[in-house]
Amino acid sequence: MKTIRRNFLKVAAVAALGWGIRPAAQLFASGGAEPSEGLLLASRHAVHSGPNALKAGRWAMVIDTAKLNEQNMAEIVRVCHSIHNVPAISGPQEIKWIWETKMDHLFLDDLHEFQPEAAAKTALALCNHCDNPPCVRVCPTKATFQREDGIVMMDFHRCIGCRYCMAGCPYGSRSFNFMDPRPYIESTTPEFPTRTKGVVEKCEFCAERLAEGKMPACVEVSDGAVVFGDLADPESEVRKLLAERFSIRRSPTLGTKPCVYYLV
Amino acid sequence: MYDKSKIFAGLAVFVVVMTYPFWNNIGSAAYVRPELEKPKNSQACVENVELMRTEHMSMLNEWRDEVVRDGVHEYHSKTSNQVFQKSLTKTCMKCHENKDKFCDKCHNTVAVDPYCWDCHVDPKGVQK
Repeated sequence: MKTIRRNFLKVAAVAALGWGIRPAAQLFASGGAEPSEGLLLASRHAVHSGPNALKAGRWAMVIDTAKLNEQNMAEIVRVCHSIHNVPAISGPQEIKWIWETKMDHLFLDDLHEFQPEAAAKTALALCNHCDNPPCVRVCPTKATFQREDGIVMMDFHRCIGCRYCMAGCPYGSRSFNFMDPRPYIESTTPEFPTRTKGVVEKCEFCAERLAEGKMPACVEVSDGAVVFGDLADPESEVRKLLAERFSIRRSPTLGTKPCVYYLV
Repeated sequence: MYDKSKIFAGLAVFVVVMTYPFWNNIGSAAYVRPELEKPKNSQACVENVELMRTEHMSMLNEWRDEVVRDGVHEYHSKTSNQVFQKSLTKTCMKCHENKDKFCDKCHNTVAVDPYCWDCHVDPKGVQK
């Protein structure tokens, strides 16, 4: 009798274990609408855009580093930060959506010290709206999520300020509100919300402007240095630029598949 | 029954404390609905007044999820068949332009403190 009960318990334990693993295995295999989605890849939110909205299969940005200079970069940063109520805080608690930075900080793997004299020394950095965004995968509340058209969005309402996304983002594109940002906003734009203490923020490819049929603000004021368009459309301006010119992306070896391209 | 006097004394204290809010308010003025500033530039809200009075908070809650997460920006009114943009600052506050004389009136009277304005900007000015 004893051996029979022993065997029964063994089989029951293995069976229970199997049932326990099954849902997890399914999640890993496919959790979302597409087979490629699941725990290992972020699921994507559908976008129902209005009649005037600009639509795309996959939004992407192309930055022509040769056309950037001190003035237009400063103007792009100023316009972006003013329409999005980004506070001006200096030091380690700085908040930025788009900013000027050195080329060798942008491209850690691709540049060497013997670059041509005329080559751009600085360029703009912003959220890369990765195809495989680590920030979305680590967010415990899905406050940051990816739309079907590729935009990595922030839902400020849901952000609990855990800053996992900041640890996950290899580009430093995210900033945390260590304090109430309102006293640091020079003139507030009423159409766009400010953030509150304890919330992470970043560039959203001007999703609120795309919904109204407008191009992102940086594109509008850049004088052609920043181009925005649909990567899925072979006739789009971004695709034509990428086909004509040599372009690089920031740290593509990390596997995040960034969608901001730099013409060098 | 042991300690009868202590038990009844305790019960009496309990009843008095529990009913304090009721008899304390006897004689005081009944709740008066605050007088709100009506918009000057429009006649009707996105829905009728009764629905807005009871449901505006859940409506705004739904709007924010639908706009931010699903990108659905249009609201189709059930009463007027009109289409509105789902936006607190671009739709609601365009008519109810004075937060102090509209939102705050009721919220202060019933002592609720919604955190909309921690982030969303009162078009009449930001308190710094």
